[in-house]
Amino acid sequence: MILTKEQQAILDGEKGETLAKVMKTLVMYGDAFEAEKLVPITSKYNHLVTSFGLKVMAPVYDLMQQLLDAGVSSEQKFSVDPRPLDKNVPANFLQNLVFNKFMYTKQGFYEDQLEKLGLMDKNAFTCTCYMDEVSNKPKKGDVLSWAESSAVVYANSVLGARCNRNSGIIDIMGSIVGYVPYFGLLTDEGRKATWVVKVETTKKPEAQLLGSAIGMKVMEDVPYVVGLDKWIGNELNDAACSYLKDFGAATASNGAVGLYHIDNLTPEAVELGKDLIAEGAKEYIIDDAELERVKNNYPVIWKNPDAKPKLCFVGCPHLSLEQLKEWTVKLEKALLENGKKKVTIPTVFTAAPGVLEVFAKTEYAERLKATGVITSYICPLMYMNNPLCKKMPVITSSNKLRTYTSARYYTDAEILTAITGGKQK
Amino acid sequence: MKQFKGRVVTPGEVTAEAVVTKEGFNTLASFQMALQFGDKEVKCGDQSNKDLYGKPLLNKALCLPQTIGSTTGGLVLYCACAMGKNPACMLFSSHIDSLAAAGAVLADVWVDGVTMPVIDSLGDEFLDYVKDGMTITVKDGGIVEVE
Repeated sequence: MILTKEQQAILDGEKGETLAKVMKTLVMYGDAFEAEKLVPITSKYNHLVTSFGLKVMAPVYDLMQQLLDAGVSSEQKFSVDPRPLDKNVPANFLQNLVFNKFMYTKQGFYEDQLEKLGLMDKNAFTCTCYMDEVSNKPKKGDVLSWAESSAVVYANSVLGARCNRNSGIIDIMGSIVGYVPYFGLLTDEGRKATWVVKVETTKKPEAQLLGSAIGMKVMEDVPYVVGLDKWIGNELNDAACSYLKDFGAATASNGAVGLYHIDNLTPEAVELGKDLIAEGAKEYIIDDAELERVKNNYPVIWKNPDAKPKLCFVGCPHLSLEQLKEWTVKLEKALLENGKKKVTIPTVFTAAPGVLEVFAKTEYAERLKATGVITSYICPLMYMNNPLCKKMPVITSSNKLRTYTSARYYTDAEILTAITGGKQK
Repeated sequence: MKQFKGRVVTPGEVTAEAVVTKEGFNTLASFQMALQFGDKEVKCGDQSNKDLYGKPLLNKALCLPQTIGSTTGGLVLYCACAMGKNPACMLFSSHIDSLAAAGAVLADVWVDGVTMPVIDSLGDEFLDYVKDGMTITVKDGGIVEVE
């Protein structure tokens, strides 16, 4: 890798041993991908994936402390993934004991570290930092050092920013020196699609199911999706962005997609069209039967597959303001139709603190509360990341949550029926 | 004995028993329970990985195509190394992915006293040939001997 004089000086230790190690990490990371150079990060803010003060992650906090002790904090302020705990979310005595006394004992300590390292504000905990209400929204062409997979794929695909699927810790190291290695999704070549996915369904495909199918098929490759604009339109409005948020998270967690292009919709596809498709790209056709096949193949890992669900999570990734409003209306209608006043399964809707704050000021907030749904800023994935939850029948419409936990996936419509006491078709 | 040649991502020499997956290795799902709840053998906790689920990973030669899953993968691997709960080496048939590369590099730069050689681009033939229980020797220059 060819370094500038300034970069080489940092690597040689002219700005201290710790900063030299940070630079060495980035250079070795880049070398693994034959990166020729480091390029400046141009986004206003960074976003970190590590939000949890898990006792077992002590080596991460030790490393962060080394950075703080050496005074090498990031010049960029940052947001970070959601908190793992929220008293509003139902948990039994044993769960609370495990969460607070065993698993997340480092939460307060780590949040103090984050503040010292450059946290945007005390509420900047969400996986959807790009929401208007959170304000960490990169511009087209911005170079980022992010790691959260659902945020990376959204920033690349919907916003047209440039970011690799970095790992946690690498995210902050890039931000500290202000550079990232130039490879993969930062390059024009790396952003070309090596798959053409043709959506040939007879109805609007479920975002999280379509994303899952594509993720599992293309893995880390870049898909160019045709036929989806027929269902979600040609404008990146709230509805389309919410759809793409959920779709992208599923492509990233069920596979390892860091960028997708949607014909006639996402910025690079609008600008360059089919020129984005690489020579020899493979083809994947998705129809109703294929989506059904994918859904039916998800393993059910509940001890009793017929168990009555004890909890429902909606909002992984965090819901948008638009989605919170939509769900409120859908819930009221379904409860009325089913002759119920409140949800029949404890249900948690998760969203960014900033989004919840704005939502609370709308007329929908009281209406949603009246349905019995709890709103929270929690990370459902972190909540379920323990053996106690493994035994708990949890349902979700998040394919990411399904992938990493024992939660069982249902479509939004099926979830609505389940939590309002309706009968599944 | 058969010899394969790959590319060195992080250096080192080691001999260990092979554990093999032909599926993507989900780092978070594989390590999270073992690290959190003190499994001494560091058994693979990824129920979706039919090749590895329940098998010990500690001090084994982990043979895999690539890693998949959460972007916490790199820091999980780093933590495993810092806690001495890592495989003896990681041997990739494909080009290494960004998450595994991050984990390998973080461990190499920031963890004292731990060496986990990582070799990639060993080719499909490597994964076709190597089986659980075989003895793997990693030598300088990306040489991997399987017997």
